[in-house]
Amino acid sequence: MSDATEANGTAGAAEPAGSGPAGKRHVRVVLVDDHRMFRTGVQAEIGQTAETGVEVVGEAADVDQAVSVITATRPEVVLLDVHLPGGGGVEVLRRCAALMADAERPVRFLALSVSDAAEDVIGVIRGGARGYVTKTITGTDLVDSVFRVQEGDAVFSPRLAGFVLDAFASTDAPPVDEDMDRLTQREREVLRLIARGYAYKEIAKQLFISVKTVESHVSAVLRKLQLSNRHELTRWATARRLV
Amino acid sequence: MLRPRGRVTIDGMPEAAALPLDDPRPPRKLYRSSDGRWLGGVARGLAGHLGLPVIWVRLAFVGLFMANGLGALLYAAFWFFVPLGVGGVGGHKPPLVGTETSPEGRRRLVARKPDKGQMVALLLMVIVSMVFVGSVNLTNGAKAYLLPAVLVAAGVALVWRQADNARRARWVEVGSRRRTLTLLRAGVGVLLVTAGVSAIFVMQGSAAHLGAVLQAALAVLVGITLLAGPYLVRMTQDLSEERLMRIRAQERAEVAAHVHDSVLHTLTLIQRNADNAGEVRRLARAQERDLRTWLYKPEGTGKDEADEPDTVAEAVRRSAAEVEDKHGVPIEVVVVGDCPLDERTGAQMQAAREAMVNAAKYGGEGGAVQVYAEVEGRTVFVSVRDRGPGFDLDSIPADRMGVRESIIGRMERHGGTARLRAVPGGGTEVELEMERAEKTS
Repeated sequence: MSDATEANGTAGAAEPAGSGPAGKRHVRVVLVDDHRMFRTGVQAEIGQTAETGVEVVGEAADVDQAVSVITATRPEVVLLDVHLPGGGGVEVLRRCAALMADAERPVRFLALSVSDAAEDVIGVIRGGARGYVTKTITGTDLVDSVFRVQEGDAVFSPRLAGFVLDAFASTDAPPVDEDMDRLTQREREVLRLIARGYAYKEIAKQLFISVKTVESHVSAVLRKLQLSNRHELTRWATARRLV
Repeated sequence: MLRPRGRVTIDGMPEAAALPLDDPRPPRKLYRSSDGRWLGGVARGLAGHLGLPVIWVRLAFVGLFMANGLGALLYAAFWFFVPLGVGGVGGHKPPLVGTETSPEGRRRLVARKPDKGQMVALLLMVIVSMVFVGSVNLTNGAKAYLLPAVLVAAGVALVWRQADNARRARWVEVGSRRRTLTLLRAGVGVLLVTAGVSAIFVMQGSAAHLGAVLQAALAVLVGITLLAGPYLVRMTQDLSEERLMRIRAQERAEVAAHVHDSVLHTLTLIQRNADNAGEVRRLARAQERDLRTWLYKPEGTGKDEADEPDTVAEAVRRSAAEVEDKHGVPIEVVVVGDCPLDERTGAQMQAAREAMVNAAKYGGEGGAVQVYAEVEGRTVFVSVRDRGPGFDLDSIPADRMGVRESIIGRMERHGGTARLRAVPGGGTEVELEMERAEKTS
């Protein structure tokens, strides 16, 4: 949370003065959501660049628009709604795969949705999103999450952590790939604490590790979630449409 | 064939929609019964309509049958004109033929598999009527035609029943495994009718021309198909399209009804309570929960609010919802795994509920209360975490101490553990751990 590194403040290609009281950190963000009211709300809540360091450089209401806006503005973080006309957030992720993979200036995605259906959550994460938060999140938390994603870390909401625990625990089938299909004991502990509502800092204190270690655990889980080719994961998500 | 199908569209749809509910019978409308019927369900349907025992109606039909076969004609007419429905006597009962007071003990034997049972019932009826016909004195000329007539009747009955079944399948969604059986039945029906008609021809002495007649008939059939075929195809397409539209319209109506009942209602309430922030939040949360359940719950598993929860996950969600409603503090619930409730976990759920109430009362100002429940193997773990001001273990107010007792005490009485502690980042967390009772999978 507090450790937005110095480097990141200048990593953004944009010049606009990001020198508010919040310090040096600055991030360029594109908002993708088909509800104009919601975009306006988020903009008002986090868009005070001077205070939050977040600069909203573009908005989009559907998949095509999103892809072109993202390509044109090259933001660092995209706040992506899961349900969008034209194929949904997953489609945006698919068409922006090249931008995500860019080594120099990667575009990173943070899914933001009212839906808590496992299908949606797991879907966008496997599509390449670096995290998932619900729209009920507070402005400050959202700003923190955006910066976390900008740094390449993962952002897990309690519910997402619960889903992941459930998904990895729900099968008895032997893992195809031991490294990818299983969570380590430590990762499980971290996830469990996230699911219990702990912030990263609190988790670090609880487990007597550094926040950086917590972040690396979460990122490892995210990688497993995205790369594990276990069919159970998808099947589990579809079977469990319930919130 | 086409006519009944058309009627499905017009009469059958509302019926189909009502089918899963408990009162599918519209008042005073005659339907043929689709459950537990022997032949066409006419007798059951009539009995249900008139409020008489089925057996009376059946006997009446048999009696009328004696009167120069009037019963058979009547039955056929009913079968043809009365739509198949779900009413009738004991329509909700599983279609076990044997559960009725049947005149012949044999039926009970075939009652195991309703479908085959009905087939056998049909054959039995044919045989019985044949025997009956054989024993009745009729003028020689007429008697000769009876056997073929019965054959034709049996064939027609077979095919009609199948049309009924096709219609029923649409409601009940029987799998496609019965396709071969269906084809077989259609084939047998056609064969029976053909045989009967041919026999009549033979008896009329026009057997010599049979070949030519059949040829001519075939030619006419082909001609009709050529002429009317495209029209019929168009009609069926139109019909299915119309059906689709109806389904859509119905779904939209359902959504509209739901939105009206719940969402608009809540919005009105919110407007009225606009200056009461707590109440607005509570209303919004309750509505959100309701809508989510409605949207994401898989069809058919939707449980009524009135039902007692029978799994841990359900119990936790229910308690959270209740506490949320009562205290106006948002409670986020995350559940991992699930297991049925037993006495111990039941006690744990009560303790968890206490903890939630406690958290909402004393720690609700700091933000949402976080509830986490996990079932892992035999262990059920629940944590309730608030972001309140926290507390000093030594200076717990007396009333809170009481609640603590009811949490810790309850857990310990049932062989579990409860821990209450301050979280590093502020707030309080209650951890409840319980082993599930024996005899689990």
